[in-house]
Amino acid sequence: MAKYKETAIVLSQEQLSEDIFSMWIQTSHIAKEAICGQFVSIYTKDGAKLLPRPISLCEIEADRIRIVYRVVGAGTKEFSAYQAGDPIEIMGPLGNGFPLKEKKAFLIGGGIGIPPMLQLAKSLNCEKQMVLGYRDAQLFLKKEFEPYGTVYVATEDGSVGTKGNVLDAIAANQLDADIIYACGPTPMLRALKQYAKEQGMECYISLEEKMACGIGACLACVCKSKEVDEHTHVHNKRICKDGPVFAAEEVEL
Amino acid sequence: MLNTSVNLAGVQLKNPVMTASGTFGSGAEYSEFVDLNRLGAVVTKGVANVPWPGNPTPRIAETTGGMLNAIGLQNPGIDVFVKRDIPFLKQYDTKIIVNVCGKSTEDYLEVVERLGDEPVDLLEINISCPNVKEGGIAFGQDPKAVEAITKAVKAKAKQPIIMKLSPNVTDITVMAKAAEAGGADVLSLINTLTGMKIDIQRQCFAIANKTGGLSGPAVKPIALRMVYQVANAVSVPIIGMGGIATPEDAIEFILAGATAVSVGTANFYNPYATIQVAEGIEDYMKQHNCEDINQLIGIVK
Repeated sequence: MAKYKETAIVLSQEQLSEDIFSMWIQTSHIAKEAICGQFVSIYTKDGAKLLPRPISLCEIEADRIRIVYRVVGAGTKEFSAYQAGDPIEIMGPLGNGFPLKEKKAFLIGGGIGIPPMLQLAKSLNCEKQMVLGYRDAQLFLKKEFEPYGTVYVATEDGSVGTKGNVLDAIAANQLDADIIYACGPTPMLRALKQYAKEQGMECYISLEEKMACGIGACLACVCKSKEVDEHTHVHNKRICKDGPVFAAEEVEL
Repeated sequence: MLNTSVNLAGVQLKNPVMTASGTFGSGAEYSEFVDLNRLGAVVTKGVANVPWPGNPTPRIAETTGGMLNAIGLQNPGIDVFVKRDIPFLKQYDTKIIVNVCGKSTEDYLEVVERLGDEPVDLLEINISCPNVKEGGIAFGQDPKAVEAITKAVKAKAKQPIIMKLSPNVTDITVMAKAAEAGGADVLSLINTLTGMKIDIQRQCFAIANKTGGLSGPAVKPIALRMVYQVANAVSVPIIGMGGIATPEDAIEFILAGATAVSVGTANFYNPYATIQVAEGIEDYMKQHNCEDINQLIGIVK
């Protein structure tokens, strides 16, 4: 799969909650090549911030992509100020993407792990239950999932849906499925890995780590893997290249 | 007709632009972005006698105008490297420079001897990695140790050897002279500068290793100063590196005394950087009516 670094154009910018933003970006090449579960590297215009920010793809259309991202630092703050028509430097598509299996599925997103689940919901052709974990009542993207299946919500503060985490929502609603796709904080993924093992379910999780090159050369973003990896022949898989999506039993969290 | 070709210890490079070890893998990932045939040489990531798993994550952190890394020389070891990476690079018309790392003199020598019969043009001996507990920088901060490891490697090496020097010393010319005395054919400098970053929200180190090596444009003035000092202290050729991202950066290093230059951290944020530097050097030569790049080396005194 070809990768491109291109100067793309911002089509729109929308604030979805206090610190979550949504940007549509028109690309010459990246949208054509991208599949769900992949990510792009986005470069700031500030030359003092060297490294690109890896951000997952929330939606993919013929010539445009959508990212939904949280402002966590100066780089993402800069992105959030971009307006329609602004140029944006991006590289991608990067990483492997989700395997699409036609099984009764849980699509589980926690916090800023929710966005990549939207394109997956659109791409998967099977019975889907979306379980989304939020901090509070700012339920960004929730409505956009509703056309693709039943949406269950957990909130940390209990203001909406089940109080607690995504597993609490699964238990409270007595849900079951044959396969899990998930993206979110490591404690959530660790709990889902354990849950999937107990239930005998297939489980795919999308990981993140600090990255530099984004293409598998610098070996910054490794995770511990059960099997010997193909690059170094130790037990380190590269999240940017071998992932970000891994079978849960394949990685140590 | 421009002559961009430079000579490193008898090895003729088509141009002075190379990759800095550890920033370019063995070229496979970047071959999707740049034509490796257009590089003077590819310098591989450090290779040890056995696979090294490297350090825990997070391994990198961004800093103003630079980055810290503590990868810890993760590498597949010489067996996989010889089977996979050398044949890959042999497909291209570029020189192959293998960066060699080790925890002991014996480790270095084992790799050097294994590479003796391989189609490798030069060996770069990494005595300056700040991120591993044994070996690495331990060999590079004491002039006696620098001379001893250089002598030991030189005695076994079939290819000319490059000693890669650390900037984490009081006077880099002392180390440069020690390497030259030990028989180094070429020197490369600088490796990264040991630094630190603290995450004030989590109140912990930004990198699991606590310290990391600083690289990128932030270190360029230091690297340039050291290249200039070493060029005026030794007679062997120098490969200059440290924050080179543009043709202008590369020209500065050449004027200061570098025969060749390596592009490192810039690859991470501009995968086309190496080619842009090579092309820009030619433009500079035309603008300055310079027919032979060798006429530029070290002319700023």
